[in-house]
Amino acid sequence: MVGVANVSRIEQQSTLHGTEELVINMGPQHPSTHGVLRVILKLDGETVNDLDCDIGYLHRGTEKIGENINYTMFIPYTDRLDYIAAPSNNLAWVTAVEKFFDWEIPMRAQYIRSMVGELSRIASHLLWLATHALDIGAMTVFLWCFREREMVLDLFETAFGGRLTVNAFRLGGLHEDVPDKFLQLTQEFADIFPSRVDDYETLLTNNRIWLQRTRDVGIISAEDAMDLGLTGPIIRGSGVKWDLRRAKPYAAYPYLDFVVPIGENGDIYDRYLVRIEELRQSIYIIQQCLEQLPGGPVSCKTPRTIKPPEGEIYHSIENPKGEFGFYIVSDGTTTPYRVRIRPPSFINLGGLKKLCVGQLVADVVAIIGSIDIVLGECDR
Amino acid sequence: MPDEVVENSEETNGAPDSEESAEEIAEAVKTPPGEDLKEVVESAFPGAVLEQSAYEDDEDEATFVLDVDSIVAVCTHLRDHGDALFKLLTDLTAAHYPEAEDPFEMLYHLYSFEHNRRLRLKVRIKEGRAVPTVSGVWTSADWMEREVYDLFGIEFEGHPDLRRILLPDNWGSHPMRKDYPLEGRGERIYTKPKRKEIGE
Amino acid sequence: MDMALEVAVAAIKIFIVVNVVQLVVAYMIYVERKVIAHAQLRLGPMRVGWHGLLQPIADGLKLFLKEDIVPDKADRIVFVLAPVMVLVPALVVYAVLPFSATFYITQINIGLFFVLAISSLGVFGVVMAGWASNSKYSLLGALRSAAQMLSYEIFLGFSVIGPLMLAGSLNLQEIVHAQRDVWFVFYQPVAFIVFFVAALAETNRAPFDLPEAETELVAGFHTEYSGMKFAFFFLAEYASMMVISTIGIVLFFGGWEGPDFIPLPGFVWYCLKLGAFMFVFIWLRATLPRYRYDQLMRVGWKFMFPLVMLNIFLTGFLKYLFL
Repeated sequence: MVGVANVSRIEQQSTLHGTEELVINMGPQHPSTHGVLRVILKLDGETVNDLDCDIGYLHRGTEKIGENINYTMFIPYTDRLDYIAAPSNNLAWVTAVEKFFDWEIPMRAQYIRSMVGELSRIASHLLWLATHALDIGAMTVFLWCFREREMVLDLFETAFGGRLTVNAFRLGGLHEDVPDKFLQLTQEFADIFPSRVDDYETLLTNNRIWLQRTRDVGIISAEDAMDLGLTGPIIRGSGVKWDLRRAKPYAAYPYLDFVVPIGENGDIYDRYLVRIEELRQSIYIIQQCLEQLPGGPVSCKTPRTIKPPEGEIYHSIENPKGEFGFYIVSDGTTTPYRVRIRPPSFINLGGLKKLCVGQLVADVVAIIGSIDIVLGECDR
Repeated sequence: MPDEVVENSEETNGAPDSEESAEEIAEAVKTPPGEDLKEVVESAFPGAVLEQSAYEDDEDEATFVLDVDSIVAVCTHLRDHGDALFKLLTDLTAAHYPEAEDPFEMLYHLYSFEHNRRLRLKVRIKEGRAVPTVSGVWTSADWMEREVYDLFGIEFEGHPDLRRILLPDNWGSHPMRKDYPLEGRGERIYTKPKRKEIGE
Repeated sequence: MDMALEVAVAAIKIFIVVNVVQLVVAYMIYVERKVIAHAQLRLGPMRVGWHGLLQPIADGLKLFLKEDIVPDKADRIVFVLAPVMVLVPALVVYAVLPFSATFYITQINIGLFFVLAISSLGVFGVVMAGWASNSKYSLLGALRSAAQMLSYEIFLGFSVIGPLMLAGSLNLQEIVHAQRDVWFVFYQPVAFIVFFVAALAETNRAPFDLPEAETELVAGFHTEYSGMKFAFFFLAEYASMMVISTIGIVLFFGGWEGPDFIPLPGFVWYCLKLGAFMFVFIWLRATLPRYRYDQLMRVGWKFMFPLVMLNIFLTGFLKYLFL
């Protein structure tokens, strides 16, 4: 219904001028649009002349919901935004709300938050690698990645009970301490995972076809990336050394050591390398968390009803997809007056046109894959 | 339990000039947050900053309220001036305060990579007043302004392609306004789309 | 009377070959699924029969019973004709393929030429399918397919000239006999490489599966096909894989002949070699990403074409000098 109604500008133009260009409709049921994204491509042969994105198929009014329920109740809703990396969203929300208060979050909770945040980054990057490789035709990587993603989801299940939408954190810390088994399994995972990343790289990094398909395709310069508001691995792929975990540290990141990987050319291959390196860095962070994990409580004393003082805050974290933030206006009651989600996928997808025009259809698929979008968070 | 913060060496540092930002924080104790940025703005546009505030004197929450007509010029200035360099429009959104004199508040969240700091700009407008687009300043504003148009019904002057983005084209109202009812059926002035017949 | 007997014998042979080919093709799909599954840490079909051995039959049954959809705006006649146009040439080629020294349908002295001529008809069916579907993705797939198959047909044709010059015959049996001592792959490694790459492209196999790239063009030229018509495309693809592998075996690996010190019947040798070929096909599919359209053409015309021409020239030169 939405599709029929949203007759796009491109379609109208093409019928008006009777042009011979081929207008094809990629999605919302296309295997490579990673969800219900509809891209209307205007092709000259196989070259993309123009494109238009039609989004909103998954719009659920999450911001509106957030303005009508209290601060704690909104945590599970954040799971449903970037459902590939749900704990990251929880982390963004709880740290944002905690900014209103001067609570002392126990270090154990902070470390577990960082650790679970990194696990969710691994889960997200694995799904990205799996589908991105599949888009370019390397289907074996897909299942290899899912083997490890399954392990991460099992870890979530051990710690929080949920697998995909985990509702991991609470305002002021965690709901309860994670079981010892979780730490033990995480250690096991951290031990084997680096060799698995090597496996993926064997199939792709030096593969000539992979290089031909990803190098010098979908190039974006650092200036353009800033102009388009691209964040996360995309802007790092373009050579901007900027990671919110370093720039505006939160949770336990001030105490953790890691490298922010950057690319040089800003093409698909650089974004691939950046994310692969982030997988390794995440494991490194998790290992540090496991070593340094302090004991003690996992939650500070919080009031029964969360009533932030009047005011407005913006707080964002480094989601696997980019800068994921919340702008919250509090009117001093138990429900926020205004909740705004700063969606990295939505804004990164806005750069799709710039990246794709002049490329081939096959590259569009690769570029969408390299942007790494999640429509749940894009449409909210 | 870690005793000290891991030194942000140049190699691993995402935020350049960490010393400078420490100085800035020390300075911010004396002056309200964003005072230096206010000077940057005021040097080119005297009187442009109508109000200045910050939540709990947090440097990252520095907020300027601007006049609607000066927004594009101030944004361009803030993007290009060497002491500001707000190259990233982090977020653009709006808020609705039905009781206020100017019920809509446009919000621009800016980020500067060079100085690792944030700034929030606000513009208060009346119902039906169009806002000049900042999509000429940051291309990323294109979609975000479309979203604000979609959900709040605020129009943008000079926007290259102002269409609804999340909701269907023929959705009758703007759901993020506070007067949009949460349940019931009558509130959505929703016209059923005329379906195209196959092959039409 | 003799004539009638001959026709009867030929008919029986054709019946056997066609049915066996269909069955083998069905099981090749099973093998492909199993091999790829194990490459990807899965098990593949396990439910129907022991280790899923009856899966091909279940699949065939399913495809038979499926609703046969012809899209509203499709060109009905061409749409129905296209799968037939793809499958028939793929099967006709089997008429001249030598499976062993004694088992073949017919033996003609332009055997190789016949194979190349008939198998290249398949592209018509693909283009017809893409056009008749009246779907943009199918059309793009068909365009890609036509360009790809026509270009690679040329390299395939040129790559077989080397072995032909050595054998001095187009008759497939005689080519095999000529390799009694040394397989031509040792004389003609370059020709074999070009032949193999062209074979992958001809049969639309990974990494050259652009015409049906699932993740780009959904399924390319057969997006709109369902049921038995879809099965025809599927069968044709695997049947041509078998044809091209057989040609490869005949031209470069001594056909049904094996080393003398391992006494095995000719047909067994043929099956072993075919199996090895098919395994490499499947292995490549599990390993490699997909080429892009322009890169595919570049590889073909800028790299393989000069290579194969050089090979022909060298072969002729050396043959003139030493033989």
